[in-house]
Amino acid sequence: MAAVAAMAAAGCGGVWRQARQRFARWPGPGSRPFSRGHRAVVCNARGGAVSAGKSGLAPWIPVVGLEIHAQISSNSKLFSGSQVQFAAPPNSLVSFFDASLPGTLPVLNRRCVEAAVMTGLALNCHINKKSLFDRKHYFYADLPAGYQITQQRVPIAVNGSLSYSLCIDNKMSQMVTKTVRIKQIQLEQDSGKSLHDDTRSQTLVDLNRAGVGLMELVMEPDMCCGEEAAAAVRELQLILQTLGSSQAVMAEGQLRVDANVSVHHPGEPYGVRTEVKNINSIRFLAKAIDYEIQRQIQELGNGGTILNETRAFDSKLGCTIPMRDKEGKQDYRFMPEPNLPPLILYDAKSLPANMNHQQVINIDWIHERLPDLPSVKREKLVEQYGILPEHSFTLLVLAELWKGEGKTPLETVKEHKLELLQDLKELEQICQAVIDGQENEVLAIKAGNRKVLNKLIGLVQKKTQGRSNPVLVKQLLEKKLSE
Amino acid sequence: QKVSVEVLDHLEHLALVDFRDSEGVERLQKAIQFADQLHEVNTDGVEPMDSVLEDRWCLYLREDDVTEGNCTKELLENARETVEEYFVAPPGNIPLLKLEEQNTYLQGS
Repeated sequence: MAAVAAMAAAGCGGVWRQARQRFARWPGPGSRPFSRGHRAVVCNARGGAVSAGKSGLAPWIPVVGLEIHAQISSNSKLFSGSQVQFAAPPNSLVSFFDASLPGTLPVLNRRCVEAAVMTGLALNCHINKKSLFDRKHYFYADLPAGYQITQQRVPIAVNGSLSYSLCIDNKMSQMVTKTVRIKQIQLEQDSGKSLHDDTRSQTLVDLNRAGVGLMELVMEPDMCCGEEAAAAVRELQLILQTLGSSQAVMAEGQLRVDANVSVHHPGEPYGVRTEVKNINSIRFLAKAIDYEIQRQIQELGNGGTILNETRAFDSKLGCTIPMRDKEGKQDYRFMPEPNLPPLILYDAKSLPANMNHQQVINIDWIHERLPDLPSVKREKLVEQYGILPEHSFTLLVLAELWKGEGKTPLETVKEHKLELLQDLKELEQICQAVIDGQENEVLAIKAGNRKVLNKLIGLVQKKTQGRSNPVLVKQLLEKKLSE
Repeated sequence: QKVSVEVLDHLEHLALVDFRDSEGVERLQKAIQFADQLHEVNTDGVEPMDSVLEDRWCLYLREDDVTEGNCTKELLENARETVEEYFVAPPGNIPLLKLEEQNTYLQGS
């Protein structure tokens, strides 16, 4: 079994990025985890994952399932009329209901329901014409009611699928389409935000986010590695942004992803899974999952066991650590939300005759007005312009980038730091700094080894985040070194 | 059929109630017995009822307009302690002591 080095799919920055992942050569006694080496766990085009281990040792199949929370893009909250806005003064966007003051009741926001229906339709789900709300109980300072209103028994959408593409070789010339099944989509409330003040041993609570509408998307464990998860989430992001149902920006907490990871031998039952939380970017998502897969393989290989626990991803250390605040398995004591009757949705056939239009949500009406999804747009680009499929990915992401409301292309470019560094003085300073920091290399160049100059050029490129003109950099460096 | 001490302890942790004494536990037992009468009815093939109002209980859908909020001062008035317009809470969940460590009625039973 040859180890196949796979490349991560294009990132959402409109720039092709090569992410080289490092894994231990596994199995092997005395092998250091995460040392430079071949990729031990590989997702092949047919979907299974196999470890490129020594013959005779049973391979491991990693299983990855995602739970995604997408904040609904709406003016007001799911069950109250307070505003939804990022970064406002603390507790300024909070209604009496959000603060769980006695005597307040939930009132469902029509826009949130439409967002969930759109998303369900875009992901090929069956939309439940009757769905129910439930209470999920647990105690935490940012959950003033002591329970979250969610849809545990009968969610709004079930049994869908998300198709995404992966590059399976170095040259990005072979793309394969994969599918992950969507188990369900449910509407639920977001909680407030806790700021931990360890010095004064207290938590500061801001309820601005409490009650904001969320769509929880539960995926079946159809994936086998970080790369697949990253690609799937990127595609989901694009879909949500195209629909407008969520802005899905991970950095602003509008898209939160938790990963469930386990490993097992082929033919054996699934292994114990761990839940990995605190993942703040798609890049970290892939890292966290791949780390956890390796950790489990290593643990089991050493004769240990995997605990059914929740682990947090530490982005600085690049590893997962057990979360301290979890006391055993939670019992949420689900019960029907007594203040909300069933949510009834209609289609063209079942449309009631004498009801106020504002009170009716028609699934077919929403279906007819769905915009072209990214996959359709890409197909059209390929067909119309004869471009390569992988280029259609870049174009679409660039299009999203440039769609920024009210921003000129120039502003978007500046914002995403895509433009070349124009300030010659600044570039000169950077070149000088690199020269000053690389004594040995400078000596080597002056002694006649010109190839080392490329290393310095590379360092300048790194410092300028790829925004410098390499020809100009070479000229500047050569000039300085000849002085 | 009595409710076990383990279940009572579990409930106390989940709901942060204190059964306090034998009277409290007895009241719980009687409540469970009362509710158990529901099992006497055969509900095979019958859909659970959401409300006695049935179809007449319609879920009202609100328009997506901002109509509330902006009452920070009022909300914070209820809080014993605040810091720069934040509510103040303990550092994390403070778990109830385990049964063996408690000095409550349940421990004695």
